[in-house]
This record gives sequence, C-alpha cells and structure tokens, in this order.
Amino acid sequence: MKLGLYMAQRISALIMVPLVLLHIGVMIYAIQGGLSAAEILGRTKGSILWFAVYGTFVAAVSVHGAIGLRTVLSEWLGLRGGALNAAAWAIFALLLVLGMLAVHGVTAR
Amino acid sequence: MERRLANETHMSVSVWRGDAVGSFQPFEVKVEDNQTVLDVVAWIQQYADPTLSYRYACRVGMCGSCAMMVNGTPRWTCRTHVKKVLVDGHMEIAPLRNLPVIKDLATDMDPFFDKWVAAEGVHHPTLTRNDPIEALDPAAEARVESAAGIECINCSVCYAACDTVANNPDFLGPAALQRAWSVYNDSKNADRQAVLDAVSGVGGCHNCHSQGSCAVHCPNALNPMNAIAGLKRETARNFFRRRS
Repeated sequence: MKLGLYMAQRISALIMVPLVLLHIGVMIYAIQGGLSAAEILGRTKGSILWFAVYGTFVAAVSVHGAIGLRTVLSEWLGLRGGALNAAAWAIFALLLVLGMLAVHGVTAR
Repeated sequence: MERRLANETHMSVSVWRGDAVGSFQPFEVKVEDNQTVLDVVAWIQQYADPTLSYRYACRVGMCGSCAMMVNGTPRWTCRTHVKKVLVDGHMEIAPLRNLPVIKDLATDMDPFFDKWVAAEGVHHPTLTRNDPIEALDPAAEARVESAAGIECINCSVCYAACDTVANNPDFLGPAALQRAWSVYNDSKNADRQAVLDAVSGVGGCHNCHSQGSCAVHCPNALNPMNAIAGLKRETARNFFRRRS
C-alpha cells in the first residue's frame, strides 16, 4: 500500500468518527418515546443538512472500505496491479452508488 | 520452563531435508546437560548425516546467521537451549519462513538483504573524511530513537515471524524498515527525504498491520513495530508538509 492510499484511508476514518457518533447519538435520542418511519422521513425529506451528513458519510465509507478490501484482496487472494486496482474501484463505485441511492431515498422530496 | 523429557537420554529431532519440496527426516540425538539447538544440528551433520546443510558462524548470538524455525517458531539457534524448546522429547527444525530454501536448513537471504537496500537504510553523509568528527549527544531524543534499533544482527527472525511478509512478498519487512528508521533519526544522515520516499512505496511501511510478531520474536528484544509506527507518523506529517 502506497502512502497516498494510507492517507486516504486514515483521513476518511477521521471524517467517519464524528459522523458515526452523530448517527448513533441521534438514533438513540430520536427513538425515545417511539418514532415511526413517517416521522423520520418527515424530518429528513428536503433537508440539506441530513443530505450533507449522510452524503459525506457514504463518500468516506466508500473510500475507507474500498482501500481496506483492496488490502484484503491483495494479501488473501494475491491480486496485484491492474486487477487489484480495478477491484478496488469497483468496490468504491458499488458502495458509493448504493449509499447515495439510500441518501437520496430519505432526503429527496 | 523446563519440560520433562519423554526419554531422558535421547531426543527425537525432525529436520527439514530438500528445498521448497522435501520432507522432515527423523534423527535420534543424545541429550546433554548444556546443549543449544545449533549444537544438535551440528551433531547431526558431524555424526549422523554429513550431507546436511545449515548456516552458522559466531555461535554467540552476534552474527545473525544461524536462525531457523524451531517447532514453527523463528529462533537464533545458537542461543536457544534445547530444554527450552523440547516438547515431549521432540523438536522440529526447519529453514526460516518467508525466504526461498537453498537446501535443508540454509535459506537464500538475498530477498531479505535486497530489501535493506530498497528501504534506503544506507548512510547519507553530512561531512567528508576531511572534516573533524561531529560530536553526538547520546541523550538527544532523535539519537535515542536511532539507537533503539542499532543492535539488530540481521538474523531475519523478525522477517520470518512477519505474517504481512508472508501474505505480501513486496513488503520490505521489519528489519529493513527498522534500519531505515535508525538512519532517518541519525543526525549525521543528510538525506531524510530519501528514506521517507523509499519507505512510502508499494512495499513500504504502510503495509504493516502492527501485529507485533517482530517485537515478540526478536532475539535482541528490539521493537521494529515501534520503528515502523515512527515511519508511518513521519511520512504522514511529511505528506501534508510537502503539499503546503
């Protein structure tokens, strides 16, 4: 793993730390006294703040997870060079697309 | 911990014969009061089978040439007492892990030493031979870091112990990176950037998973994992410095 990938994985982890805490904190706070899907969507639909929070989260996860799995594929399956990078880009794209679809689903009006 | 021997007078020893392909050959060796693993290997070569190949030089833990796998653990055989490693009167001796086997217990150390060069663990002088000798402060922080790794005897025990080397043949390994860290912190080293660049490539320090087998098995109780952590820290700092 080169320095650039190492830094991208560490920086994406730094971005994820406060977002994970926020995500879990809001979840625990919001369900006190019960909460329905309609109530959640009522707060997230059309919210630029929640789009920014979860959009950033998904982008950071895609970078972080793709680099981590790239290392696993390299060390466990012996993938190298172009095949390894192609696999990592594919994982990145998959996570990003699926994540962004979910973000769009809960924040789009 | 001293283990009771199954047979008090003799031990059974399985020794690897062949190269990448081969098998373990059994030998019966007399148990002596004070006996190292290297003594056992030497006895087999001298009295049981003169075709056995192995490597040693100093016999006192200084040269780093006699390392082998003993019961699956990398050890300096000249300083490993037989009674410490015998299990029910048996031990298994194999060539070092993570290196190509030339024959029997002798491995090809070239990949190990090539990586020392690749990690830029070489001196970049600040002065010429005509300048007066520069004084060093042994208590200086960088000097303490540098000195922490200089007792390395290049035995390759850490390299054989490292699972990251096993899974990623490009990885420079604990010994080479520890030397790079020693050179990096040496105030007489003129080119710190060359060291950081050398350890930031595909096989560089960032591959280390900090599993710590190097520190556990180092016969001189050094801590290459700590040196690698230092390199990661400095390369990360340098990453931002170079961009600003």
